[in-house]
Amino acid sequence: MAGGFRRPSVLPGFGLTFGFTTFFLSALVLLPLAALVVKASSLTWHEFVAVMLDERAVASYRLSFGAALVAAVVNAVFGFVVAWSLVRYDFPGRRLVDAVIDLPFALPTAVSGIALATVFSPTGWLGQKLALVGVQVAYTWLGVVVALILIGLPFVVRSVQPALVEVQRDLEDAAETLGASPWQVFRRIVLPAVMPAVLTGFTLAFARGIGEYGSVVFISGNLPFKTEITPLLIVIKLEQYDYDAAAALGFIMLAMSFVMLFAINLVQAWGRRRQVAAGR
Amino acid sequence: MARAAPRVEARPFTRQARVVRTLLIGVSLAFLGLLLAAPLGAVLAQALAKGWMAYREAFADPDTLAAIRLTLLTAAVVVPVNTIFGICAAWAIAKFEFMGKSLLITLIDLPFAVSPVIAGLVFVLLFGAQGWFGPWLLERDIQVIFAMPGIVLATLFITFPYVARELIPLMQQQGSDEEEAAITLGASAWVTFLRVTLPKIRWGLLYGIILCNARAMGEFGAVSVVSGHIRGLTNTMPLQVEILYNEYNFVAAFAVASLLALLAILTLVLKTLVEWRAGRRGA
Repeated sequence: MAGGFRRPSVLPGFGLTFGFTTFFLSALVLLPLAALVVKASSLTWHEFVAVMLDERAVASYRLSFGAALVAAVVNAVFGFVVAWSLVRYDFPGRRLVDAVIDLPFALPTAVSGIALATVFSPTGWLGQKLALVGVQVAYTWLGVVVALILIGLPFVVRSVQPALVEVQRDLEDAAETLGASPWQVFRRIVLPAVMPAVLTGFTLAFARGIGEYGSVVFISGNLPFKTEITPLLIVIKLEQYDYDAAAALGFIMLAMSFVMLFAINLVQAWGRRRQVAAGR
Repeated sequence: MARAAPRVEARPFTRQARVVRTLLIGVSLAFLGLLLAAPLGAVLAQALAKGWMAYREAFADPDTLAAIRLTLLTAAVVVPVNTIFGICAAWAIAKFEFMGKSLLITLIDLPFAVSPVIAGLVFVLLFGAQGWFGPWLLERDIQVIFAMPGIVLATLFITFPYVARELIPLMQQQGSDEEEAAITLGASAWVTFLRVTLPKIRWGLLYGIILCNARAMGEFGAVSVVSGHIRGLTNTMPLQVEILYNEYNFVAAFAVASLLALLAILTLVLKTLVEWRAGRRGA
């Protein structure tokens, strides 16, 4: 570890901890992911495109991306309202509600999956009521959206909350004193300040939604071409021992994850620049 | 992630603002009620639909008991390993300046960005019968996929970042002045870690371990791909829930699910307590 690689320090243990970290990371995460890339690239271009543009696969991308996008939009709106209520208002049970926001992180996805399927099935509590107005959620694309809203909710609330706390209340007061309406204050002062946080939460929820599996497969009904998400299609290919197709689809999803990761970093960098520009 | 919400500043409300407030709180509670409370209630209601005896009977099934045992065993392997990794990674990243540090942090977070199904898929491609090491393993009669080693590997992958990502920002924020003082005064590395660093990071560490454990016990997608769903052998609790549910054995499925839901609630309670302790100590 000589020379310019690291700055000298009196603290011990760099070699051991850095060595173990990189070794474990490589063995457990990087090598397996590399294996996926290598496997996918062992297909000829023609084979790869055939898997990628297969009609069933395309239908699954449309559902996975479309549902994740709708769910992330719903979460951006309602997640903001929830975060606003928790930060700006005091009401009985606020602390409990605040703690419960993380439930989707802690609840195993299989549990939320069967629970949602039960609640929204045509004979379930909510499914019955919705059936009266002619809406069916379970076993349709709407069910996928509902599951992804549940999964993505904490991402938006937890990114917006700290940003809302940071909004300068004296600016709001000043605007109000100068005659701005509440709506103007919200649109001109609050919204610009928390927008990067909302976007970060939105992107995180969207990214998570694309890859989600457990909570979706119970409520979606899994009809090919209709309610089959891309991760499920990978599982089906694996069950048919079609490793090539599974690897190709997996590679496409992995590439999408990297694009999303890049987008998240861009949004966060943008938010930090705005914060610096605002002099905070 | 945000810590416990700070106190709300007491402010006078105009009448219009009061209406808006009631409306927004109402919308929030309705949204969360539909999304979180209703499903949680459904788990309990379904588990107890045929009474307490039927609920208890669900846990007499040897396959269910085997699933519970496998889940506990997996977590008992995965959580300590990832805890040690998390501490090592945080020490290297927070205490030293070196090239490529931000890349390393991004790579540690990678498992969060990857679909759970992919996490299972990569190990099937490596160790499955037609995978890279498949023939080699077959010759030596070692089974990884459709057996416990595969389940442990997939769970390790999924829960890989939890402890590290809790500790890294915490230790970076705390700096290393006290550690440097201890070393300069002649304390050994191990003593410095145990006596100086560990007391400072223990709440963050506990927090990471709790989250890591919850995910390790509850993981479904990744484990489902590598497990092979062999009853009584390679089914973890979430997979047992799936099998029972698909057989329309709802009471048993929701009974097992209620245990997992209880684990989730316990996790949240512990998490809130840890945040409260950490907040009170100003950490």
